[in-house]
This record gives sequence, structure tokens and C-alpha cells, in this order.
Amino acid sequence: MSKTIAPVTESDYLKAYRVMLLSRVLEEKLASLYRAGMIKGGVFLGRGQEALSTATGIHLRKGDIFAPLIRDQAGRLAFGDTVLDTLRTYLGSQLGSMRGRDGNIHRGRPRDGYYAMISHLGAMVPAVAGGLLARRLRGESGVVGATCLGDGGTSTGAFHEGLNAAAVDKLPLVVVVANNQYAYSTPNSRQYACADLLDKAAGYGIAGHKADGTDLLDCLQTLRKAIHAAREGGGPQLVVASLLRLVGHGEHDDFSYLDKNLKTSAVGADCLLVAEKHIVDQGWQTTDDLAEWRREAEQEVNSTADRVRREPSPDAEEDDWAALSRPEYREQFAAV
Amino acid sequence: MITYLEAIRLAQQKALATDPRVFLYGQDIGNFGGAFKATKNLSAEFPGRVLDAPLSEDAIVGMAIGAAIEGARPIVEMQFADFSTCGLNQIVNHAGTLFYRTGVPCPIVVRLPSGGTSGGGPFHSQSLEAIYAHWPGLVVVTPATVEDAYTMLLEAVAIDDPVVFCEHKFLYYHLKAETLPETSLPIGKARIARTGRDATVVTHGAMLHESLAAASELAEDGYQLEIVDLRSVKPLDTDTVLASVARTGRLLVVSEEWPWGGVSAEVISRVTTEGFGLLDAAPMRVNAKDTPVPYHPDLWSVHRPTASTIAAAARRLLDL
Repeated sequence: MSKTIAPVTESDYLKAYRVMLLSRVLEEKLASLYRAGMIKGGVFLGRGQEALSTATGIHLRKGDIFAPLIRDQAGRLAFGDTVLDTLRTYLGSQLGSMRGRDGNIHRGRPRDGYYAMISHLGAMVPAVAGGLLARRLRGESGVVGATCLGDGGTSTGAFHEGLNAAAVDKLPLVVVVANNQYAYSTPNSRQYACADLLDKAAGYGIAGHKADGTDLLDCLQTLRKAIHAAREGGGPQLVVASLLRLVGHGEHDDFSYLDKNLKTSAVGADCLLVAEKHIVDQGWQTTDDLAEWRREAEQEVNSTADRVRREPSPDAEEDDWAALSRPEYREQFAAV
Repeated sequence: MITYLEAIRLAQQKALATDPRVFLYGQDIGNFGGAFKATKNLSAEFPGRVLDAPLSEDAIVGMAIGAAIEGARPIVEMQFADFSTCGLNQIVNHAGTLFYRTGVPCPIVVRLPSGGTSGGGPFHSQSLEAIYAHWPGLVVVTPATVEDAYTMLLEAVAIDDPVVFCEHKFLYYHLKAETLPETSLPIGKARIARTGRDATVVTHGAMLHESLAAASELAEDGYQLEIVDLRSVKPLDTDTVLASVARTGRLLVVSEEWPWGGVSAEVISRVTTEGFGLLDAAPMRVNAKDTPVPYHPDLWSVHRPTASTIAAAARRLLDL
């Protein structure tokens, strides 16, 4: 095991902040496009979760595996996803990585270690574990795989089975739980009965890390430590961060079930505003500098959206309608 | 003599020996050699590549999918086909959708020790090929001979698509062969197991042998049943089935599955929609009864189709 973990520097913090900001601006655009009726399908935002998500994606390297979930726009951008492909997928461009065959948060490029989530929560935990097992069998070391889910996802069988199996094989898996207080409308009081989701780590015989999901610095430090520990052979790591989902489950959801007391509690802070205050308080940047960064992000997002809106939709006549890769296995069912 | 079960073990041995991407993962498959010994001695012969899994079907299949994304060729064993329903989500929603969604294929093989044996009971006897065939994105095979068990498993490992490999437990010890072939019909091609002019019997898995026995019985009365062994239920070789029905004009489909939906319903649907004019009589089918598979041998032997119930159905089909 090595060595000391580098502290989070000003430069690290600002780089992470800019990812958070770009994600926030991009998601604001998605919400606006949704209200304008331009999105194909739903929009599911990660507002309030950007610090945790960024801290996860930014500490992964090329060659690592990342299976983000529904509220990980920020982590996706940190890991190398682009504004362009995000917009293409939401707007249903034929040129997007999912080619119109899947949408919104169900996107990825598996060959680049960026797995495309399925909607069934917990399912990506064993998938990333298996990717890591294959890397190990190939003789690769120093690889880390991370996947994210929420408090609701910890109640699934797949979460349990995947984490347990990864623990048995001591795989370098980091599972990041955003305890955002609600699974759709279900509050934590109806989701689990343990005192703290972190208690589950002991049950699997793995390391657990607690983070303040509203505080970018704490998220960066915690994820740096957890990912380092996994990379150095410490086996699976469970990170649980407390925060509040600041929006409904999706843009269709009015969030009427929100307990207003949570908004004013410690978990209710907006991580982006907390980070901005930290930056200004430290004297790293001025509020004017941050406003300029936001304008730059908005410009990138808006110009990309304009470009994507001109791109072609998938053509049903052109689709090969093939769920199997082997052409000779494709059966024709169409009634003539 | 090589049993059907040994053919499966030998195919896995060959896959491990010839392809470094192959590894095995499943419950009790390591030193213990598997509940049926389908991986006997393989962990010693291939250290680190035959891995015991926790009792977690979802994780077993999910891990196979992740490994396949990374370029591996995992073969995973469900201890019994019945327990694959605990891994169903990963099989149908993850493995089955990966290629269509992402363009990245998912070359996993999920072995399902399938079908009834005497005393197996409700949860160690099921034939689930139809439910896996229902979802897009999966290849579903049902080898009925020692030779097919061997060559189709090797082919399943070689192809890029996810394969649900329904190996029949009743055949594990009953079937034996002198030698194993190097090549055979590819997956997706049915085989005429017995030629005949009077009626076509389409079947798969262990029911092939019950159907062949029924054909021998009818032959004593001078009637010739043609027996089609589907070999793979998805893709399903409609051409071979239609060609046979064109010769005989009559169709009986025999399947150990439950009757609602299923392979027999699919075959009859295809023949009636694509070859209605070939039929001289309404098609018939023989399935298991629509109850859980019973434990007691006296109940089980009536629950499943047998040579005598198949022969009786064939006689009705032939208006005898």
C-alpha cells in the first residue's frame, strides 16, 4: 500500500468546480428544452449532487471503469463524456452514442470503460465488478471501477449481490451512494432501518467512507481516498454521502412530497453555491470571475444545443432492427 | 463412452484450453466440480480461471456481462435452470439489450441445467427456453444429443451474442456417444432426426428421444413420423420445419415446457401463418401439464410428455 494521498489543491478544486458548473448549466438547458417539448422522453437532473458526482468521475483515470447512474451528469463530464453527446442523446440525434435506440441517462461507451446503465437499479454493481474481474484475469492491476446509486438503490438485490461478490474477490470496486433522502417520492424512513447506510459496509467486510455531499472539498478528499484505497488493493469501498436532491425525480415531478425542513437542514444546501462561496472566501476567484465562467459554460451549451437540433433523427427505415450481432441469427417476424 | 454431461465438461475444457479469454464462474464449480460435475477437475487444470461464485445469480450473470464488455468470454453456470430466474434481469435486460443499445456485443454463455428428472420437483425441473426466447437479443439453444451438447457449447462460446444454453439434465447420464465430432450443423439449423412421410413431429431437448420412441411405436403399425430436432429455439429454423410439413401435411409439436405460449405455440403459429396451405389437418401439440412440475415419480411421469402420450397424439393427428 502506498503512501500518502495528495491533498486537494486550489487547482484541483477549481477544476472540479468548473465541471460542476458546466453540468449545472447543461442540466438547466435540458430542463428548458424539456419544458419547450424538445426532449424525447424524460429528463432526470442531478441538481444538488454535482459535488459528489464530480468527485467520483474526476478521480478516475483513462482505463478505469465508470458506471454512472441517473443523477451523474457531472461525474459523466468529469470522466470524459461531452456536452455534445449528452445533448445528442436527449434530443434524439442519430449521431449520438445511443443512435436513438436509448436515451437520456441511459448512455455510455462501454468500450471506453463508460458503461451504459440499465434502469434496473443496482444492476451496474455486479457489471462493474465483472469488468474488474476480467481486467484482473488479463493481468491488469491498478484499475478501479466505480458505480453510483442512491439510497433507493441500496435496497435492491443486485446491490447486495454485486457488492458481496466483489468483496469476496476483493475487487477494486468503489460504490458511491448519494443518500439524497428520496427514492422518487419514498423517504429514507421507508427505505431502510439501519442507523446509517454506511453501516452496510461492515456487513460486507469492506471499507466505508462518509462524505458531506454538499461540500465539494469533503467529496474530493473522500473520493480521492476511497479510489486510492481501491487502486492500491484495498478491495471494495463504499462511499455514502448525505445531500438533498434539489429537484423532483424527473422534470415531470412537482416534488410536492419534499419535507420543507430538509431544505433548511444541513443536507439541504446547494453544493454549487457552497463551492462558489468557498472559492470567493479563499480569494481564489471573484464573483465576477465565476459569472464569466458561467457565461462561458452557457455559451458552450447553447451553441452545442443549436448544432444538435439541426442533426438528423434516427431513420426507422435505415435501422437494421437487429438485437443480435450475427446477421444470420436475425429472424424476420414482420407480417407481409 | 462419452455421456452428454461429459461432453459439456469436455467442451468447457476445450474452450479454456484454446481461448485465453474464456473463464468459468458459478456456484460450487471450482474444486467441487459443480453440482453435476460438469466442471470436474477444470479448476485444477486451469488455475484461476474456474471461479466459485457466491449464491448470487444476479451477480453471477451481471459480472459475466461486465467481463464480456472487457473482452472476456465467460461461461456461467446456473446450478439449475430454475434458479436463473434470480438472474433473469441481468440476462434479459442487460445482456439482451447491450448490443442493440450500444453496438457492443455481449459474448456470454449462461448454462441452464434444464428439464425434469424423476424426483426433481417444482424447483429443480423447469424448462425455461421460451421465456428467454421471448426477449430480444438472446440466442437460446437446446442440444438434444451428446454431439450437439459438445459442438453447440463450443459454438456458443465462439459467437459474440449472449447464449442461453439449455442443457437437459435428463440426458446427462442417459445419452452416450463413442466419439465427439469436430463440426456439426451450426446454431440456428434444425436437424431431421428421423425421416418419415406421414406426419412431422417438431421437438427439442429430451423430448426428441420420447418422440423418436413414439415414432418407433407407430412404425410397427406402418406409419412413418418425421422427427425434427430444433436444436436451437432462437433462432428457430422455420424453413426446415416448413419443408418437412410440406412433405407430410401434418404437424405435431412436442415440448416439455408448460403449454401457455412457448416453443410449441411459436412453431404452430409460424406454420399456420406461413404454411397454412401445407396442412392437411389442424396442427396439434403435446406439452407438460399446466401445473408446477411434481415431485413424485408417479406424478412427474404423467406431467411430462412421454413416448406413449406422443404416440397417442400422433394417432389422433393421423385419424387412426
